[in-house]
Amino acid sequence: MSEKEIQIQCSGCSLGYEGETVVSDINFEVREGDYLCILGENGSGKSTLVKALLGLKSPNSGEIKRSGGVGAGEIGYLPQQTVVQRDFPASVREIVISGCLGKTGLRPFYNAAEKALAVKNMERLGITDLAKRCYRDLSGGQQQRVLLARALCAADKILLLDEPVTGLDPKAQIDLYELISKLNKNGITIIMVSHDINAAVMFASHILHIGGQKQLFFGSKDDYVNSPIGRSFILSEGGDIIE
Amino acid sequence: MSEMISKLQDYFTLPFVQYAMIVGLLIALCSSLLGVTLVLKRFSFIGDGLSHVAFGAMSVAIILGLTNQMLIIMPVTVASAILLLRTGQNTKIKGDAAVAMISVGALALGYMLINIFSKSANVAGDVCSTLFGSISILTLSKFDVWLCIALSTVVIALFVLFYNKIFAVTFDESFSKATGVKSDLYNLLIAIVTAVIIVLAMNLVGSLLISALIIFPALSAMRVFKSFLSVIICSAVISVVCAAAGILISILMSTPAGSTIVTADIVVFLIFWIISLFKRG
Ligand SMILES: Nc1ncnc2c1ncn2[C@@H]1O[C@H](COP(=O)(O)OP(=O)(O)OP(=O)(O)O)[C@@H](O)[C@H]1O
Ligand SMILES: [Mg+2]
Repeated sequence: MSEKEIQIQCSGCSLGYEGETVVSDINFEVREGDYLCILGENGSGKSTLVKALLGLKSPNSGEIKRSGGVGAGEIGYLPQQTVVQRDFPASVREIVISGCLGKTGLRPFYNAAEKALAVKNMERLGITDLAKRCYRDLSGGQQQRVLLARALCAADKILLLDEPVTGLDPKAQIDLYELISKLNKNGITIIMVSHDINAAVMFASHILHIGGQKQLFFGSKDDYVNSPIGRSFILSEGGDIIE
Repeated sequence: MSEMISKLQDYFTLPFVQYAMIVGLLIALCSSLLGVTLVLKRFSFIGDGLSHVAFGAMSVAIILGLTNQMLIIMPVTVASAILLLRTGQNTKIKGDAAVAMISVGALALGYMLINIFSKSANVAGDVCSTLFGSISILTLSKFDVWLCIALSTVVIALFVLFYNKIFAVTFDESFSKATGVKSDLYNLLIAIVTAVIIVLAMNLVGSLLISALIIFPALSAMRVFKSFLSVIICSAVISVVCAAAGILISILMSTPAGSTIVTADIVVFLIFWIISLFKRG
């Protein structure tokens, strides 16, 4: 495990908005092929941390180092859904290929390689037959697959997912978790923000738990399940302890 | 019918009617291209605010007796666009309240200034035509026409060149930022282009009706079409056709050009709305 390359290292990070600290003293690292789940209550600063990892926001103190061929724009990102998107008139293909935009630079249009990449990623996520459909007519699960395909167009080493299963029905949630897990087994590093402790414990390899403005836990999933904080959180969420 | 056609033929030999048609179609095209983005980004209120600012600026230009009012209107409106965009992004000041403040303020000040300082005998008429467009847009000078052609060309070229980026920034700003697209820059571009279009459109439909020109074609197209490209194309076609129809009808029936065009846009919107109801089944 430990000989795998470190892709993101976050040391002593403190994050906040306009002088107010949201969360401080965050320390963790993500290695190639990891599946890190970030847990925490509403407003604990998960999305803020995600922005910092993406390089959209610089930490107030501490530092975030990206290495192993992962530059600032080379993290595939699945944002929390916004209201604007729900009734957006765009075809699936248009959305997926927009993931390639970081590669175009000043060139105004997509080239053949980028178009092929979009096709490949639609196949990979099983949405090829939806290519011409309108995004707003899709089910929540299909929409998330489209956004995942877009994220894969942007970067195929690390995916950062901010609460990807929110608003999906249980069946679609399981499908999406399995899809993400499959991508992880194919070598893509996954960092996922989640409320869902059961899924985290089931799929993740590492857990980062934040709350009360600080880091409560970072380590492997097995250590988390056996730690006092992990046990109490799992029980309070009504989950079962799976060993 | 043949009488109408010959009347139109007569009119179209006149240069100022030709000017009106060229300017009208170009403005309609530009405003519809941006309309889709503005509506989807929930920016249409900025368009509304800017049109009031443009009215305020125009009153100042009238009072100063400038022959070329653009010299004041254009920079003031563009500056306000940038300002509004900034405040809209600031979470502390409520974006919509700021827009309302600036726009109603500009409207009130503009009207007051005109009333106090204007030497014209027909103040009400002047104000009415800046708000709702001239009775006929037949007062355009050759300079106005060339300016309009030049600016429209720039707007259309920018739109085509940055089409993919505008799409991405409209659909998902945080994702675009994360992949290294300079979304702040494109928001700025969108705001500036909007300001330019609004100033241009003021001649055609007057400052109160500009939002209609921007919003209606986009909303109509979005009801029926399913990809961003087809929505853009459709809204451009709707807007141009409505502008042409509106201008022709306004010439034939001597109705005010601006409100005739907007009425045509509303009729098309209703038609598309009904089509979308049938499509859903
Ligand atoms: N743009 C912003 N400006 C100022 N404060 C913000 C901003 N965005 C978030 N915050 C504050 O930072 C804190 C953490 O927000 P964040 O969105 O990171 O929480 P979260 O853990 O992702 O919550 P959720 O589970 O609801 O998504 C909150 O108290 C929020 O009010
Ligand atoms: Mg969040």
